[in-house]
Amino acid sequence: MTDLPTRSIDLKAVLSGSSPTVAKGDHSEGMSYLQSLPRKFVTVYLPLSIIIIILLFPFYWMALTAIKPDDQLLDLDKFNPFWTWNPTFKHIHKLLFESYYPHWLWNTMYVAVCATVLSIIASVLAAYAIVRLRYKGANLVGGLIFLAYLVPPSILFIPLATVVFQYGLFDSPMALILTYPTILIPFSTWLLMGYFKTIPFELEECALIDGASRWQILIKIVLPLAIPGLISAFIFCFTLCWNEFIYALTFLQSTQNKTVPVAIVNEFVDGDIYRWGSLMAGALAGSLPLVILYAFFVEHYVSAMTGAVKE
Amino acid sequence: MADIALAPRSAKTQIREATTWDQLKHNRNWLGFWFMLPAMAFLIFFLAYPLGLGIWLSFTDTRIGRIGQFIGTENYEWLWDDSIFWLSVFNTLLYTFIASAFKFAIGLYLALLLNENMPFKAILRAMVLIPFIVPTVLSALAFWWIFDSQFSIISWSLKHLGLITQNINFLGDTTWARICVIFANIWRGVPFVAITLLAGLQTVQPSLYEAATLDGATRWQMFRHITYPLLTPIIAVVMTFSVLFTFTDFQLIWAMTRGGPVNATHLMATLSYQRAIIAGQLGEGAAISSAMIPFLLAAIMISWFGLQRRKWQQGENND
Repeated sequence: MTDLPTRSIDLKAVLSGSSPTVAKGDHSEGMSYLQSLPRKFVTVYLPLSIIIIILLFPFYWMALTAIKPDDQLLDLDKFNPFWTWNPTFKHIHKLLFESYYPHWLWNTMYVAVCATVLSIIASVLAAYAIVRLRYKGANLVGGLIFLAYLVPPSILFIPLATVVFQYGLFDSPMALILTYPTILIPFSTWLLMGYFKTIPFELEECALIDGASRWQILIKIVLPLAIPGLISAFIFCFTLCWNEFIYALTFLQSTQNKTVPVAIVNEFVDGDIYRWGSLMAGALAGSLPLVILYAFFVEHYVSAMTGAVKE
Repeated sequence: MADIALAPRSAKTQIREATTWDQLKHNRNWLGFWFMLPAMAFLIFFLAYPLGLGIWLSFTDTRIGRIGQFIGTENYEWLWDDSIFWLSVFNTLLYTFIASAFKFAIGLYLALLLNENMPFKAILRAMVLIPFIVPTVLSALAFWWIFDSQFSIISWSLKHLGLITQNINFLGDTTWARICVIFANIWRGVPFVAITLLAGLQTVQPSLYEAATLDGATRWQMFRHITYPLLTPIIAVVMTFSVLFTFTDFQLIWAMTRGGPVNATHLMATLSYQRAIIAGQLGEGAAISSAMIPFLLAAIMISWFGLQRRKWQQGENND
């Protein structure tokens, strides 16, 4: 239903910057020789650097605030606010040793990993069944799963809160581990369906003739070939879990059970005028794991993003 | 697979009729059912059921800790006369419309810029995506600090440039608060739009531009008549997602303003959270969030028909 008639998107090229259709050797610059350098500076480099500075400034500001001493944070007249010569680790120390922060970090990690693993297992099975078993009504189910992707958490959290309460899961990590897959499964099923479609039928037919069961085919043939897709789905789901806010805010109550995003918003905002340093240190430390993961798997992120849109 | 020929004699005698069990084991529908079971269980228990339950709750007077009675459309009648609800509808539409328009314009522009040949391309593209990776709440906190009423770096810079004399009360003034949350939303949404459109841009054949250049087309004409038409399908999908997620946004507002000042930034999602969870009126909150469904359906329908038309134009089949 949402298959778009676009040509296949070369994901490596999106990031490495080489256009797949340009012959690399002789014409690597395409038509860009038509533009003079000063003109290119005004039309490309200048606007691009402004946008990138705006996009990255909040992170610089976060990091700077996290290491500035308190008096410099609040006295903007005596010190230049854009730099500090005597960084302090006081805020980070306070964060790590005088709060539940390590606890929260662990909760977030635990919930994200469990929910992601559960969803990936369910999605692999579902995607394989829809694409390759093609049981009766598979297309309809595929369409319904896509629709499920469009149901936003903000219209589900109220009824889900009552459901979670009924099942006695309130204020436990299980509540999040069981509800996050509803966000993750539709997405990763669609992503994996795209990957499974690219695996040749012939491989499976050979295996069937050799007497392999469907389960063996899935484990020994399809999954090894779909590893890039699995990695994409995994890290994207992990990011979504880490990012999730409204369910965690609604279903968790006690301070030490909270996840990082919720805990920072609720526990550090105490009206103390000196809170900014540790607040920003907390925000920075909460983002770092994802940024590090991102740095290693940039290509997979992009493929997950464009893959989800492309399907 | 190499062991096939080892026991030919015994194999001969072991041929037997296929039992019902054997047939079942190779039945697509039977296998399909078991393969679908985990995903379907999750989606039915935690998505379809709550979706229906939410609509049911909106017709009851449920509160936290008390089972509700069916009260018909009373919640909706109550909301119909509630000026704060209508304000939140207005805010949501304003927020969605302005933020999506800017996200589209800036995202497309950024995608075109990133598509140029330049040094350090890969690193630049990777950096652009960072705002999308970092959890929304955490970057919203950074914006909260940037837009602080006393220690805002923006106020400081403008004062030192001599443009203003007083600090701007960014999140305390209704107009400024709206501008700030919309800005933060655009800031977070642009990378997604830009990178997905960039992926679409790279499928456009350079030979088209070469031909157009030979025919004397200007850069604007090339964009209008080559780039834009070829990008339309991917734009339709990206913008549908962008509109859906902007419309149902919660975390950015909650971290920055919690709906204040004087409800000026309350979206429907934040209002339903406030009424349902904080005030305990689950029924009323469910009515507010159910009221979002028609808008979402409208957005989905628009994209659906947009895509259908596209398919028809291209004369391609469904696969």
